[in-house]
Amino acid sequence: MNTDQSVSNPVFPPVSSVARIEPPTSWPSIGVRELWEYRELLYFLTWRDIKVRYKQTVLGAAWAVIQPLFMMLVFSLFFGKLAGVPSDGIPYPVFTFCGLLPWQLFAHSLTQASNSLVGSQNLITKVYFPRLVVPISAVLAGVVDFAIAFVLLLVMMFYYGIVPGWQMVALPGLVLLAVLAALGVGLWLSALNVQYRDVRYTISFLVQFWLFATPVAYPSSIVPEKWRVLYGLNPMVGVVDGFRWALLGKPESPGLPLLISVIVVFLLLAGGLYYFRRLEQQFADIV
Amino acid sequence: MSNLAIRCEGLSKQYRIGGYTDHYKVLRDAISDAAAATFRRLKNVARNGNGSRHDYIWALDDVSFEIKAGEVVGIIGRNGSGKTTLLKILSRITKPTRGHAEIHGRVGSLLEVGTGFHPELSGRENIFLNGAILGMRKSEIERKFDEIVAFAEVEKFIDTPVKRYSSGMYVRLAFGVAAHMETEVLLVDEVLAVGDAQFQKKCFEKMREIGSHGRTILFVSHNMSAVRSICKEALILERGRVVAQGEIDRTVDQYLSRVNSSQSLDRAIETNTFSVTSVEVSSVSGAVVKTFDPVQVRVQFVPKAEVQDPGLYVSFLTMDSRRLTGLDLKDFVTSAPLPAGQPAELGFTIESLPLMPGTYQVEIHLKDMAKHLIEFVPQTFPFEVAETEVYGGRKLDGWFGSVGLKAQPLENIPRKR
Repeated sequence: MNTDQSVSNPVFPPVSSVARIEPPTSWPSIGVRELWEYRELLYFLTWRDIKVRYKQTVLGAAWAVIQPLFMMLVFSLFFGKLAGVPSDGIPYPVFTFCGLLPWQLFAHSLTQASNSLVGSQNLITKVYFPRLVVPISAVLAGVVDFAIAFVLLLVMMFYYGIVPGWQMVALPGLVLLAVLAALGVGLWLSALNVQYRDVRYTISFLVQFWLFATPVAYPSSIVPEKWRVLYGLNPMVGVVDGFRWALLGKPESPGLPLLISVIVVFLLLAGGLYYFRRLEQQFADIV
Repeated sequence: MSNLAIRCEGLSKQYRIGGYTDHYKVLRDAISDAAAATFRRLKNVARNGNGSRHDYIWALDDVSFEIKAGEVVGIIGRNGSGKTTLLKILSRITKPTRGHAEIHGRVGSLLEVGTGFHPELSGRENIFLNGAILGMRKSEIERKFDEIVAFAEVEKFIDTPVKRYSSGMYVRLAFGVAAHMETEVLLVDEVLAVGDAQFQKKCFEKMREIGSHGRTILFVSHNMSAVRSICKEALILERGRVVAQGEIDRTVDQYLSRVNSSQSLDRAIETNTFSVTSVEVSSVSGAVVKTFDPVQVRVQFVPKAEVQDPGLYVSFLTMDSRRLTGLDLKDFVTSAPLPAGQPAELGFTIESLPLMPGTYQVEIHLKDMAKHLIEFVPQTFPFEVAETEVYGGRKLDGWFGSVGLKAQPLENIPRKR
C-alpha cells in the first residue's frame, strides 16, 4: 500500500503466552496478576469517569463541593441549631462536615460501583478484560471528588482555628478503609445487580438507611454503651470517628470500633471478591 | 510458521431460551420461579411427567478444530449457527459450558466497531480509551497514533468530541484503532458490514494487509466475496457444529450449495398457531437466483387451528438484518379460510428481483387477521443471489450494495463501435 510498510509490519516476540479457555469453575482465583496487566485500562476508565462526569455542566467540579456543603448547612441548621444535637465540643459545622466527607466518599463510590457493571454492559458483552476493573475504577473516580471537597474542610478548619495534631498521619489509612468498604459492598451489589435489577432500586434506600446508622450528624458517644459493638459492625462508624480523631482532635482514639471496622471490611471484601469472580464467568450471558 | 495458534476441543455452549424473555431476572421472578418449581414438581410427581419448563439450546455443540499460526480463516454459516458464540468464547467474553480451547499469543478481538467510545470525549481521547479497552498498551497507542488518525482521515477533528462526528468519521476512527492492534491472533466479527462502500473497501484492504503479515485471523462474515479474497481457508458452522473446514473456494462453494438446498427444513418450525415446514426462494427461470430474475417465495405450513383470514408478510433483509423491503398478502388478495391440520401454501411471485449479487434473508410473519393474530417465525431464511454480469459488463459482487436498478445508459451517448 505505501512505502513505510516495513515500519508498520509488526515484529512479534516469540509467542510465550498461552490462554486457556475452560468451563466455569466454582473456586476462581482473584487474578491479581491479570489485574496488574490491565492497570492501564483501570487508569483510562477512571480517567474517563472523572472527565465525563462534569462535562456540559455549568458549575463543573464545584458540584463535588456543593453537595456536602449544602448537606452541612442543612444538618447544622436542623440538627446542630434547632435540635441541639451535641458535637463533642467541636463547632457543629466542622464536626458534621468532617463526617460528611468520608461518608460521601463511601456513599458515592458504593452507588457508582454497584451500577457500574450494568452501566458498561456494552463493554462486557463485546470485549474481554478482567471485570474487576469496572467497579474498581468506579470507586477510584469517587476519590477525586473527595479530594476536592477536602480542600473546603481545610478552609473550615482554618476558619475555626483547628490545627490537627500528629494523628493526621492516620488519614490516608482511613480514606483507604472507606474506599475498601465501598468496594467490598460494591462488589456484592454490582454482581447481584447483573442478575437482579432490583438492586438498582435498593441502593438509594440502602444508602439513606446507612447514613443514619453512621455518626455523621451526631457523635457516636450518644449511642448507649451496650449497643456500641453492634453499632461498630458498620465499618463507617470507625472511619467517621477516625476522621474526627485524626483531624479535629476528638480526644478518645477510635481503637476498638476501628479494629472491628477493619475486620468487617476485610470480610466484606473477601466475600465480595469471591462472589464477584464466581459470577463474573456468566456476566456476559446474563447482563 | 507451522506451530499452532488456536486449538479447540469439544467446545460447547448451552444457552437457556424461554422461561423469561428478558435477559435479566427480577428477584420477584426468581422467588415465584422457585415457588412454581416446587408446585410443578408436586404436580409432576402426581402425573409422573418430566418438568422442564426452560428450553436449552446448544449454540455450540462439540466444536473441535485447529488453526495454525499465520492462517487467515473465514467462519461462515447462517444466522444463529454459532459463529458469534464461537468468537465470544475464543475472546474469553463468555465461558464454554463444556470443552476447552487454547490460544497461543496475544488475542485481539473486534466484535463491534467502537466498543467503549464515549460521545463526550474527543477523538484523541477516544483513541486512547478504546485502545486500552481493546488491550493495547499506552506506549503502543502513542506509537500508532498518527497512523490511526491518518487512516481515519479525521486530522482536523481530532480534538472535537466524537458526538459531533458524522457517522462515517466515527466508524472510520473506531475501525482505525482496532485495525492497528498488534496482536498475534485477531478475531473479527462482521465489522466490514458498517460504513459506506468506499470505507468498506478501505477496511477490507487493511484486513488483507494485516492478514499478509503473518498474523492469525478468524474472520466472520456474510459477505462471501470478502471472505473469499481475505481468507485462505474457511470453516462452516451449522447449528453449532463444524460441518466442513478446508480450502477457501471449495468450502465457500460447499456452503452456498448448502444454503440454497437446505431451505426446505428438516424439522418444522413451531409457532403457537403454525407449524412451518418449508420456506423457499427460488428462481422461476433457472437453478440459481440471479438479479432481475422472476422469483417465487413459497411458505408451506400446517395451521394448528382453523385460520379464518390467512395473512402472510415476507420481509427481505440483508444478512446484517437491515430491512430492505417487504410484501403483505392482504395488499393483494383476501384468501379463503384454511382448515386446521391441513398443509397449506402461501407466497408471492416477484416479476423481477431487484437485488444485487450477495446473500440475503427473508423473514416471515404468518397471520390470522380475523383473530388479530400475527406470528413471527423465529428464524430467517437465507438465499443467495449469484454473482453475475448484471448489466452485461463485468461480473458484479456484493460490494455494489443491495438494490439492483434496472437501467440503461442514455440513448444519445455517442457509442464506440
